[in-house]
Amino acid sequence: MKSAYELIDVTYTYPNAQKPAVENLTLKIEAGKTTALLGPNGAGKSTIMDLLLNWKQCERGTIKLFGESLTNYSRRSLGRVVSLVPQEELSRFSFTVLDYVLFGRSPYLHHLATPSTADIAIAKEALKMVALEALIERPVLALSGGEHQLVLLARALAQQPKVLLLDEPTSSLDPGNTAKVLNIMERLSNEGITLLFTTHDPTIAGECADNVAMLKESRLLISGPKKEVLTQQLLCELYGTPLETIQVGERLIVMRST
Amino acid sequence: MVGRYPKAGFSNPFKGELMRQVVLNVRLPRLLLAALGGASLAMAGFVFQMLFNNPLVEPGFLGVSQGAAFGAAAAITLGGSLLVVQLSASFFGLLALLSSYWLARKFTYGGWILRLVLAGIAMGALFSAGLSIIKLVASPTTSLQDITFWMMGGLWNTTWKTLWSVMPTMIIILLLLLLFRWRINLLSLDERTAHSMGIAINREKAIFLLLATVATTSIISVGGLIGWVGLIIPHLARRLFGANARYALPGSMLLGAIFLVVSDTIGRALLSSEIPLGVLTSLVGALLFVILFAGKRGKRV
Repeated sequence: MKSAYELIDVTYTYPNAQKPAVENLTLKIEAGKTTALLGPNGAGKSTIMDLLLNWKQCERGTIKLFGESLTNYSRRSLGRVVSLVPQEELSRFSFTVLDYVLFGRSPYLHHLATPSTADIAIAKEALKMVALEALIERPVLALSGGEHQLVLLARALAQQPKVLLLDEPTSSLDPGNTAKVLNIMERLSNEGITLLFTTHDPTIAGECADNVAMLKESRLLISGPKKEVLTQQLLCELYGTPLETIQVGERLIVMRST
Repeated sequence: MVGRYPKAGFSNPFKGELMRQVVLNVRLPRLLLAALGGASLAMAGFVFQMLFNNPLVEPGFLGVSQGAAFGAAAAITLGGSLLVVQLSASFFGLLALLSSYWLARKFTYGGWILRLVLAGIAMGALFSAGLSIIKLVASPTTSLQDITFWMMGGLWNTTWKTLWSVMPTMIIILLLLLLFRWRINLLSLDERTAHSMGIAINREKAIFLLLATVATTSIISVGGLIGWVGLIIPHLARRLFGANARYALPGSMLLGAIFLVVSDTIGRALLSSEIPLGVLTSLVGALLFVILFAGKRGKRV
């Protein structure tokens, strides 16, 4: 198994905090697969994202990306390999959708440069991937919540990443938009992009992840193929209430036990 | 070249020595300063708004203008030269900005923007109070008059010497900002997201904040408090050219220059005594503000 990310005994404590937010975490993120970081709020999922982006630096342990220590990547070179789809983002200015997606080209652009026609072509391609090419002139402030999430996804794709990090990609979406986002994630995975997303919803993890890493109170409970992780016993331990799964094709559906 | 002297209306600089003197040595430097100052104020407002991802900020909101006013007034009272006045204005403008920032981090109430604005109001009030004290102790026959007129904002005592003292700084900063204009957009993004796009967000924010502040304090040090330009002109520019700083930033500079030149010309030509520029820009700016914000309900700029 080839890993995209490899975390070795990683610990991070917030300034002035009593307890670490991430403690002795050792985890491999398989390249080309989709991995879910599953856990309740406060389990340390967002902190792990921050560490993977080198936005925060771990106080102990090392993180490797494609075999190379994360600290050896420059900010720009990291931006060309890894991109982030934030959970939500609020701009106060009515940029057009195309302008907004073009911001994703910044790791490739010189400080004084403005996007070229090649960049615009890449941005349009990314918008096509999320089926929003009809909206390129629309102001971002006029978009619906679902469309906005897709624009953030397109912007991350404009970075042409090998690894895509998604922070709670579906938590604020209705079922229709959730299905759209999951379909796009599946297509990206088929194209060979490594996907890693956080979620507090085991159903989403069971729907579209290959592997699941289960986190509880700053520690890793277990990680592995979803069938081994999303078991009745482990789900019960994580959420403190009886849950079971049924398998439908490749998908696992999580429901409460009756 | 419009003006009231030697007679109201246009003056032809090629008609006699007096006309030439009036136009070339009195009106021309003033015109250039108005254009550069307007461009700088509008640019600074634009940069602040992008940086704080908030269309309602301008340097004045974070105490920069009041700090600069305090610094300049202190230097005037102590009889400093033009250069000292400018340095003092820049120093206290920056000090106010840094204090607002520091204070906002200490507050525990409200979100980041609210804390920043509250801190800015507090620092602004502090420096305004300091300014009042300076006015109390200033000599009523000389420096008090200077300070009072200067506070109302105006370019009436502009000479080539004043212009030269601030022009290089302003031109360099304006050109730098024009070169970096697409990048200014990225500063409005969430900091973690910007970082994930390979942007050294804290460093870039600090640099552009510094440039915008120095440009603001430069014009304040020679022209006094000229309000509302930094708030209202960027809005107008975004309405006309869209939100993308690639077009809206140059547009903002251009509109700012035009706005201040026109205001200054009206201010000195309309009545027999001059209307202070700051009074005029506040009047027009506040009116425009009301029109822009009340005119189109629900449409954000």
